[in-house]
Amino acid sequence: MSINWFKFASPAAFYPIAGRMIPWFAGIAIVLVLGSLLWGFFGTAAQLGGSNPQKEYYRIIYIHVAGAWMSMWLYLVLAGWSAIGLVFNTRLSFMMAKAVAPTGAIFTVIALWTGAFWGRPSWGTYWDWDPRLTSELILFFLYIGYIALHSAIDDTRRADRAAALLAMVGLVMLPVIYWSINCPDPTQCAALHQRSDPGSIHASILWPMLGVTLGFWSYAFAATFVRLRGIILLREADSAWVRELLQGDSGR
Amino acid sequence: MKEFLHQGGYAFFVWGAYGVTFGLLAAEVVALMVNQRTILARVGRWVRGPTQGSAKTASRGNE
Amino acid sequence: MKARQKRILFVVAAVIGVSLAAGMAISALRGNISYFFSPSQVMANEHPSDAVFRVGGLVVKDSLQRQPDGLTLTFDVTDNAATVPVSYTGILPDLFSEGQGVVAKGRMGPDGVFMAEEVLAKHDESYMPPEVADSLQQSHVDGVVEMVTQ
Repeated sequence: MSINWFKFASPAAFYPIAGRMIPWFAGIAIVLVLGSLLWGFFGTAAQLGGSNPQKEYYRIIYIHVAGAWMSMWLYLVLAGWSAIGLVFNTRLSFMMAKAVAPTGAIFTVIALWTGAFWGRPSWGTYWDWDPRLTSELILFFLYIGYIALHSAIDDTRRADRAAALLAMVGLVMLPVIYWSINCPDPTQCAALHQRSDPGSIHASILWPMLGVTLGFWSYAFAATFVRLRGIILLREADSAWVRELLQGDSGR
Repeated sequence: MKEFLHQGGYAFFVWGAYGVTFGLLAAEVVALMVNQRTILARVGRWVRGPTQGSAKTASRGNE
Repeated sequence: MKARQKRILFVVAAVIGVSLAAGMAISALRGNISYFFSPSQVMANEHPSDAVFRVGGLVVKDSLQRQPDGLTLTFDVTDNAATVPVSYTGILPDLFSEGQGVVAKGRMGPDGVFMAEEVLAKHDESYMPPEVADSLQQSHVDGVVEMVTQ
């Protein structure tokens, strides 16, 4: 039982695999996000009660938490593929890293934007320099820095390596974002955000929230693979397999 | 339905958050589709057309 | 725009972005410790004396009062060890309530009253529908009563 994983690590092998997976990921994303939001809007209380009596605006939680988790997770993916690329010098890893960056940046904007629109009615402000908000904004700049640096260098190999290095240096932000709320001593992580855990979120809110997160995750796969296929075609335009693929018809 | 759209008076915040989120995702999908089509057409032209040098060198800056 | 100009522009943008990120990371790490001061820290004079800072804690029950001018509000903020009186003119956020968390930004007045320019509500971690929250509350009360009567 030995599968040669490196077989899939070649762009030529992965191009059709990614193509076959895109409709599945896109379909799962639509079903999960729509289903979870229907549940979240119609299957839960309109307002919260007890010690956190938020009104209808609490419904922003579904996309806010999902977007924020995706922004961090995709950065980890970006840095991970960058590291693999730097260490093993595999072409496909760098292409994966490049393909995931714009989607990660978009989810970071979503996290910040929905946070602002949730913060105004609940906390009383769109923005404050709370450690969590500040570190999430820096994460956005890291994504932008990665994309800008990559497109600033003409030589693809050098661009890959330089941007990968930036992505790995920026990795220090992830623990900062996490710790800005989840530090053991609560007086040291004074923030507007309140640390929470699944136990203090009612199941009727928690499940739609996890559903939207999975849906966003599936969407990120689909979007990344579409972008990846474009990058593969451009970078491998000289190779025989692209020639063969496109000489026929549309290239699907 | 009207009640749903009203969101207890917080329609601006709820729909402001949801609108921009799905607007951004929709914009990404459209951009990806346009980009994909452009790349396929361009690379297809290089492949099918008379080979004038390397297709790769012509692709510079267009990834 | 020529390709070279474009490249230079991108490099400049990248440099600005990264240095901005680095600067903000450092200030965030430092600000992490002093995003807000607890009433105990304020009472121990650990806060900046002539600069704007934040006080965070719980609003003391029954301390919210509207002053005779009809605009100014006063309330006390506590961390259960020390208490800081706060004065604020403006609209309080929706989630502001006595016994709940609050973050006030402003300066310390000479009379020992914190003059807030901005008051933000800090909500707790429970996300429960009202009826579930009520039943949790009730079972908590029942538990306490049981403990007392046993």
